[in-house]
Amino acid sequence: MKRLLQSKETKKTLITFGIVIITYIIVEILMLCGLLSNQLQGLLVPICYYVMLAISLNLTVGILGELSLGHAGFACVGVFTGTVFSICMQNVIAASWIRFALAIILGALFAGIVGILIGLPVLRLKGDYLAIVTLAFCEIIKNVINVIYLGKDSQGLHISTTDTTALGMEPEGVVIIKGAQGVTGMPQDANFTIGILLILITLFIVLNLVHSRDGRAIMAIRDNLIAAESVGINITKYKLMAFSISAALAGAAGAYYGHNFNNIKAATNNFGYNMSIMVLVFVVLGGIGNMRGSIIAAVLLTLLPEMLRGISEYRLLIYSIVLIGMMLFNWSPKAQAWKEKMKVRILGKLKKNQKEVQ
Amino acid sequence: MAMLEVTNLSISFGGLRAVDDFSITINEGELYGLIGPNGAGKTTVFNLLTGVYKPDEGHILLGGKDITGQKTIEINREGIARTFQNIRLFKEMTVQENVMVGLHNQIRYSTLASIFKLPSYRKAEKEMRERSLELLKVFDLDKEADTLASNLPYGKQRKLEIARALATNPKLLLLDEPAAGMNPNETIELMKTIRFVRDKFKMTILLIEHDMKLVSGICEELTVLNFGHVLCKGETKEVLNNPEVIKAYLGE
Repeated sequence: MKRLLQSKETKKTLITFGIVIITYIIVEILMLCGLLSNQLQGLLVPICYYVMLAISLNLTVGILGELSLGHAGFACVGVFTGTVFSICMQNVIAASWIRFALAIILGALFAGIVGILIGLPVLRLKGDYLAIVTLAFCEIIKNVINVIYLGKDSQGLHISTTDTTALGMEPEGVVIIKGAQGVTGMPQDANFTIGILLILITLFIVLNLVHSRDGRAIMAIRDNLIAAESVGINITKYKLMAFSISAALAGAAGAYYGHNFNNIKAATNNFGYNMSIMVLVFVVLGGIGNMRGSIIAAVLLTLLPEMLRGISEYRLLIYSIVLIGMMLFNWSPKAQAWKEKMKVRILGKLKKNQKEVQ
Repeated sequence: MAMLEVTNLSISFGGLRAVDDFSITINEGELYGLIGPNGAGKTTVFNLLTGVYKPDEGHILLGGKDITGQKTIEINREGIARTFQNIRLFKEMTVQENVMVGLHNQIRYSTLASIFKLPSYRKAEKEMRERSLELLKVFDLDKEADTLASNLPYGKQRKLEIARALATNPKLLLLDEPAAGMNPNETIELMKTIRFVRDKFKMTILLIEHDMKLVSGICEELTVLNFGHVLCKGETKEVLNNPEVIKAYLGE
């Protein structure tokens, strides 16, 4: 155990995992005691989804150092590939957990592939330009899904971009994607436990990647591209790696989220640029490159608007004040100095206590 | 044996011939200086040697192998490492991590190994830590291994850049104004370090420098550039006493 805790990074990672698991246990206990309102219980799956999105976006923004505004687009790809798979396989794979796991993997795979396809041309751009292109991509994905009609009958899948009748299906066929009306009829397999499990997997992948040779190469590109190239790092390869892994994890999150509803649409409010920016806000407020911060920000900022529903008129006002407050607390030099000071003081006390015990 | 052989290297930017007919031969284990007034094209030569620019004409042979026109990362793998005039460290990473990035192509393991922390990851990572620490010890930076690179004092940042370049296991090390911005004491220490690197690693070193004390102190041979042309070359003492060099570079 002692050897395991030797490295600082491992310790930090374990603490982050610990926080997630303890939160899970507390929430489960609260649910068992009936202390959690229905409204809050309904929020658990979305919160897990946003946490996953925030962690995966932090890989692009914090570790790779590129501003991407298209993260909701990758989640959208995950939602639709995952749910379509589940509906098609509903009668083929009986065990819901296998079907769900496969749906999530497929969602991740598709989003990852889209990530590579988008990344290849887009990662040549930098800064603002990259942000603009990813933003446009997100809108395009949403609009493309809105015109797709997909149905299934005994002959297989039918696809059209006009309407349901154009699918030319047998009478007993099922329409899976109904254009702007979205996907209907997927099994609602998503629950809080699976969400926490997925958060842990996402964290595991991202943190292990960051603390490896590949992660260091990605951070080196972020810190100084020319120097990274001069020590023999393949810029394109590592940029693409970070971008596509980030996209794949968003796709997995999307596939999970899609199974929370009976019907899901690629609407502006859930997969538009607003959503991408909201996830970016989680990342920025939680601290760029800081995974633990992303998780906390995602949870707080998803809960807050819902908690404030009672005072509906002032909801957004309070939300924005909290945003500003968090921004000041996390980013102002004075607040940072204060945090450092508190950290030193607390650690110093702990060490003193330890010495006294010895 | 000639480690680096450059023949008739030229490059133009628009109408400006930044480097014209540049030739140089550096033997294995030599400490070679490249000097010249500001804007003479010294850093451009470095950028040509490391593949940042592709030469219009000429050839670059490293240890007898033609590396002309290759990409920066390929040239680094062939064995040329460099430092920069304006320090380019990975600022948000620790001192040790900076060197570990330098070891990127020396010690490898797969992405899957890193995500699942397979035994190959642990073994390679341990080796990386040990080797990077060894290198840091050479430069007396081992105590600052966990410090952020941006928090190092200036002189140590220069040293760290050299350590990172050495981590790529080069045959030829290019130093671009290593003493820029250093005080006289730091410069003297740097001279010792450079000489030490050459002796310990049996390294061939080409350096650009303005500090004449450093150049005359450690370089065995010099080439002087002026307006992209080679003005003269030869042994350090002779070159520095050449009236033309004094006129062009040191002032009349």
